[in-house]
Amino acid sequence: MHDLFITNGRVIDPSAGLDEVADVTISGGRIVRVGKLRGKARRTIDACGMIVCPGLIDVHVHCREPGHEEEETIKSAAAAAVAGGFTTICAMPNTHPPLDDEPAINYVIQRGRQAGLARVLPVGCITKGREGKELAEMGLMAEAGAVAFTDDGEGVTSSSIMQRAMQYARMLDTALMQHCQDPDLAGGHMNSGAVAVRLGLAGLAAAGEEIMLRRDLELVERTRCRYHVQHVSSAGSVELLRQAKAEGLPVTAEAAPHHLLMTDAACMNYDPNYKMNPPLRSARDVEALRSGVADGTIDCLATDHAPHSAEEKEQEFSLAPFGIISLECALGLYVKALIDSGAMDWPALIARMTANPARVLRRPWGTLAVGCEADVTVIDPNRCWTVKVDQWRSRSRNCPYDGWKLTARAVATIVAGKVKYEG
Amino acid sequence: MAKKASSSSQGTDGPRGRQGGAEPAAGEQRPFVWTRKDLLGLDELSAEEIVHVLDTAESFREVSTRSIKKVPALRGKVVALMFFEDSTRTRMSFELAASRLSADTMIFTAKGSSVAKGETTLDTVRNVEAMGVDVFVIRHSQAGAPHLVSRKVAASVINAGDGPHEHPTQALLDIFTMRQRLGGVAGRRVAIVGDIAHSRVARSNILGLRKLGAEVVVVGPPTMVPSAITAMGCEISHSLDDVLGEVDVINMLRIQFERFGGSLFPSLREYSKVYGLNSQRLSRCRKDVLVMHPGPINRGVEITSHVADGPNSCILQQVTNGLAIRMAVLYLVTQTHGTGEAG
Repeated sequence: MHDLFITNGRVIDPSAGLDEVADVTISGGRIVRVGKLRGKARRTIDACGMIVCPGLIDVHVHCREPGHEEEETIKSAAAAAVAGGFTTICAMPNTHPPLDDEPAINYVIQRGRQAGLARVLPVGCITKGREGKELAEMGLMAEAGAVAFTDDGEGVTSSSIMQRAMQYARMLDTALMQHCQDPDLAGGHMNSGAVAVRLGLAGLAAAGEEIMLRRDLELVERTRCRYHVQHVSSAGSVELLRQAKAEGLPVTAEAAPHHLLMTDAACMNYDPNYKMNPPLRSARDVEALRSGVADGTIDCLATDHAPHSAEEKEQEFSLAPFGIISLECALGLYVKALIDSGAMDWPALIARMTANPARVLRRPWGTLAVGCEADVTVIDPNRCWTVKVDQWRSRSRNCPYDGWKLTARAVATIVAGKVKYEG
Repeated sequence: MAKKASSSSQGTDGPRGRQGGAEPAAGEQRPFVWTRKDLLGLDELSAEEIVHVLDTAESFREVSTRSIKKVPALRGKVVALMFFEDSTRTRMSFELAASRLSADTMIFTAKGSSVAKGETTLDTVRNVEAMGVDVFVIRHSQAGAPHLVSRKVAASVINAGDGPHEHPTQALLDIFTMRQRLGGVAGRRVAIVGDIAHSRVARSNILGLRKLGAEVVVVGPPTMVPSAITAMGCEISHSLDDVLGEVDVINMLRIQFERFGGSLFPSLREYSKVYGLNSQRLSRCRKDVLVMHPGPINRGVEITSHVADGPNSCILQQVTNGLAIRMAVLYLVTQTHGTGEAG
């Protein structure tokens, strides 16, 4: 007797190049078979008309715990994740205190297990206290289960610290994730350009992102570490990455839904729900990002889910913090940006949410291979629904997509063979 | 100095949508109904609305010439002057305008207030509104602060300057003064000189003047003149000397050297030499060129005393007209009250 059959779905598993109508058999928390059914199961999910794929992975989530539990907890983030079809999320380390040592990494792993929803994988700081001055204990954190390192929220400014971090990351075979932003060109609130000039808001120029990316690529060439660019936002960065990949550098990158869907014109009403870092840029950048995702220059789709309390966000645009949330509607947003626009098809989209992020993390998920842990997402590709932020599982509401009409969503999220969400 | 003049282009329509259109032909009288609860900027006003404010101000100008300088238009109304950022003339001008309209006024300044204790802008405004306020006049260091407030209060909101964004009543009084002295602004060429990047006066002037059919050229070093400003319909020049002979108005902005000295230009001495308005430069202008300045003046920096106090200067006339403009704006926004219409 098996645990679960998922029948008649369009099974898309980019890790195996699979795209066909098939049945998935799950037993003992693992994938037993993808193909014809044999025997019986305690439960059957009829996935006729649905897409069945490896559990979605989001490598960029701010869980806010420890320190800002009023905005999000590991549990609420994990609940939001499974509701959005994600079976694995990476917790960013810019918490209070930051995740910069072994006990902090252990804490996140433990809280994630207690929540028992999506897998929560901690990402450790590159430097102690995210101050950019001394290397954090990357080795011990990696041993404890940190899947990557970043000082997200800030780029690592010092070239010598960055070089050493890369040497360590290379030794540990972990990805070094960078929030590319030259601090000397930071201090703005939205994209530099005509809209910022009109609104009288200080700008964040794309040059600030590209300058740090250029420097890092020089260092990657020398250290050969696995380097991952977080939330790529500019056409210039996409081009730099394209060249770096052509040169064979071990570089990966992610794009966030907002950068694939909106431009800085959205800031015209000073609504802080359109304020994020990096900022919304021009239509040309949106186009470049979409083609970058389509041609594989950008490997992963990642939300940069960044919860903030209403108290913090309901302020003057320039005083409000950066960031918006989107875990619970991200899939639909990606479909709107990339499939509805004709940039790519479902297998390509799913690869960027499963096999590719799993490869960045060097973790054995993102596949439906027999014997692997059964992380599976069932997607209804033709479900018209309206985003209602007040019904979300996240503790925060800082989201510009409220009221948006989307055409796809996760209808079942299965983690290690257990159904964690059905909608 | 490098010389560059890029061609002017019409502003693209933003999400709020703007009505274009030229100044209505002189003498044409048709009923105009003011529907705006707030005055947040000239960005959202149509040419017709701007002209309506100017015409209304014209009718209020006469009040100041009476022996009893008061009308009952706002009797029983409460105007709260919320000055989160320092101001002298704008605050006094609004205060006097409100009292000439018989309104009760309350003045809030950030220094020594609950804001110093960490109260947010919204909380401060909501608390004051709870006392029963009809109009908020807001000066704030952050761009968009009046817009934030207007979304959260029922009272009218008038923007008295928000960061580097807009200062609509200043631009209205500038345009009012130009109209008075030049007979109209359509077809006229106006230079705005100084730190355009950080100037709310420049932005509101560009928007208002362009809507009324004037040409605007902004002048300053590239560190003070963002190239993207041309999207607002103005031209750029980095040479004051180049534009002197071709303009009807020179609006000199104050150099806030106490805030930006050293980072935006090499030295005050150099700035003053290259971009300052002195009698020598004035002599190369058209004879009847109008010299304006929103104040406060740095004498000897952006403008010499000889020019500031000379016959071409209308700096004090601007201040006088400011009163009429602010009376007009206070009057207009309160006319929408009780009709259930939102601006």
